[in-house]
Amino acid sequence: MRVLAALSGGVDSAVAAARAVDAGHEVVGVHMALSRSRAQFRTGSRGCCSIEDAGDARRAADRLGIPFYVWDLSERFEDTVVADFLAEYAAGRTPNPCVRCNEHIKFATLLDKAIALGFDAVCTGHYARVVARDDGTRELHRAADAAKDQSYVLAVMGPQRLARALFPLGDAPSKAATRAEAVARGLSIAAKPDSYDICFVADGDTQGFLRSRLGDRPGEIVDASGEVVGHHDGAYAYTVGQRRGLALGRPAADGKPRYVLSIEPVANRVVVGSADELAVGGLVGERAVWFGAAPAAGTRCAAQVRAHGTPVPVVVERADDELVVALDDGASLRGVAAGQSVVLYDGTRVLGQATVRACLPVAVPA
Amino acid sequence: MTVYLDHAATTPVLPTAVAALADALARPGNPSSLHASGRAARRTVEEARERLAASLGARPSEVVLTSGGTEADNLAVEGLFRARRAVDARRRRVLVSAVEHHAVLDPAAWLAAHEGAEAVLLPVDASGVLDLDALHDELAAHADEVALVSVMWANNEVGALQPLADVVAAAHAQGIPVHADAVQAVGQVPVDFGASGLDAMTVTAHKLGGPVGVGALLARRGLALEPVLHGGGQERGVRSGTLSAPLAAAFAVAAEAAVAGRSSYAARVGALRDRLVAGVLGTVPGATLRGPDAARRLPANAHLTFAGCEGDSLLYLLDAAGVEVSTGSACQAGVPQPSHVLLAMGIREDDARGALRFSFGHTSTDDDVDRVLEVLPGVVERARAAGLVATHSVAHAVAHA
Repeated sequence: MRVLAALSGGVDSAVAAARAVDAGHEVVGVHMALSRSRAQFRTGSRGCCSIEDAGDARRAADRLGIPFYVWDLSERFEDTVVADFLAEYAAGRTPNPCVRCNEHIKFATLLDKAIALGFDAVCTGHYARVVARDDGTRELHRAADAAKDQSYVLAVMGPQRLARALFPLGDAPSKAATRAEAVARGLSIAAKPDSYDICFVADGDTQGFLRSRLGDRPGEIVDASGEVVGHHDGAYAYTVGQRRGLALGRPAADGKPRYVLSIEPVANRVVVGSADELAVGGLVGERAVWFGAAPAAGTRCAAQVRAHGTPVPVVVERADDELVVALDDGASLRGVAAGQSVVLYDGTRVLGQATVRACLPVAVPA
Repeated sequence: MTVYLDHAATTPVLPTAVAALADALARPGNPSSLHASGRAARRTVEEARERLAASLGARPSEVVLTSGGTEADNLAVEGLFRARRAVDARRRRVLVSAVEHHAVLDPAAWLAAHEGAEAVLLPVDASGVLDLDALHDELAAHADEVALVSVMWANNEVGALQPLADVVAAAHAQGIPVHADAVQAVGQVPVDFGASGLDAMTVTAHKLGGPVGVGALLARRGLALEPVLHGGGQERGVRSGTLSAPLAAAFAVAAEAAVAGRSSYAARVGALRDRLVAGVLGTVPGATLRGPDAARRLPANAHLTFAGCEGDSLLYLLDAAGVEVSTGSACQAGVPQPSHVLLAMGIREDDARGALRFSFGHTSTDDDVDRVLEVLPGVVERARAAGLVATHSVAHAVAHA
């Protein structure tokens, strides 16, 4: 196959590309320039945005003996991922920009352009497994290394795009093993630190980034009864489930810690309450995508709502363009915000994905 | 077989220049040393200087050897600005054409940001040729405040030859020195520093068959020029740093050959270029020739835009087909940006994105042209499809966002 290997400048994508070369594919490396301010050099590089990363990606391609190009997708990235990130926070929701990047950039713009230019597939350094079934369909599964599994952020791509995706690190036993492989292959980025932060927030200060782009929007912090218990400079700075940094003037009547329960963007209010009030009885999701047939009502499976969260058992109530799941007996889930991605799993297999629109209350025992 | 049509980026070193380089590399000696080895190295440098000067219509004492074109351009812009400003503090305006190489534009911008200069970008017409009326207007309004004028001999992207005689006449009438970056011109069109009336002129070896790493600023005798590199006082104190006898020798050999063979070379590559352009315009839909007509253009240059295509897609597909060309524009971290030259010519940003520069050289053949004409129609068709996909996917994404 003719394979376009997306090279971020990090260890994983370089080793993934190397494995694609070993597999006999005709591989071309492409580094996506995603940042608007490309001139930035960063210490302890964090991912796909700096000139240093582009240089590291180029050196990896040199080492693998494959052609290398930089594609400027910064405009598209700004118009989709960054704009979505800002709009979601402004609307009181909690977005996952990595999910949106996979949806709009890596497995949309990049993949479409690659196909149009004659490539058969796009290869990335994600940790997830693609399992081909006898009937020709392909399934998305968790990676062999549960600690590195990234199927959660990939599920948004859906089945058609999965057919054009290559994840050579899906069966890698661990990140340490990937690093060791990079050393053995003579890749100079073998010791480069992992990226954790949001790549377009240069200094890791998400709140500062939001403030600089959205401006101060002062408002009230209230409890569930509507009583004002504090003030904020912008509701976007708060996330459902957040406990620290509320700076409330006085303690709650019961003396227990208070958490952010919800954001009310129109009223520009942040609602706080006790830990118990964070409990969720079920989830309503929108823009659902399914790998194969959508699960029937009554299907028992597991739902994951955070990149490295623990899956919880749920029962499917509805699964089409929308998703409604109720927590299974005995399961508990707290602090889910609208905007988060919910991924359903049957064992290691991804059933589908949706974006959380609302949480259902905990059912009161009859 | 690889088709190399990017000679304006750099051209293969002539075998005679390689021999001169290797020969001098094998001999020890710092040209500034006073012993026999040093004297031998100095003789190599000075003979190279004399041959360079003879080839370019300059006096040997006017040749300031540098590390290449960028350093020579920096020395001209910054050195002239500082020298002129030191005498008359009002002289803070730096006049440069809008299509200069970044080696001229960026020092001018740097002086504006750090030393109180005002960088004045002189506009060009739709073919990339300097707008002389704009220069005359600028001089009429601000002659007393102008430190220098820098206008290139020939543009590196679209090959436009600039009206230097008119520029020199207008500037000299006001006592203003003129610099020209001539790195693309030498060997393609007649270049005579003395006859040009220029005060300073940049040349470089690797565009005419010499090695990378050596160039020169030709600076008229008596021209006040502040040094940029300070140190041992080599090159009249204007450019410190140990002189490279091997690089100077190879540069001189290449320059001599380029100038001596210029007329027949220009006719030969001009014919190849004309056949390529005619073939592309005849077979590739949406192809547009950019830049001036052949009479006002470097013979080795062809520059075309392809509507609806991204330059990086064209470059990749041609590279995969063994054809090496350039988008002709500046790269930052390898990211092709819409060319400032095309934008200055009034070309829309969308059209500027689909630009390719084909530049011929001494190794170019008819087979090269045949191969390009064979693969280019399919390449453009595919790149155009990819360009449309990209546009479509952003619409798709926004609908979801």
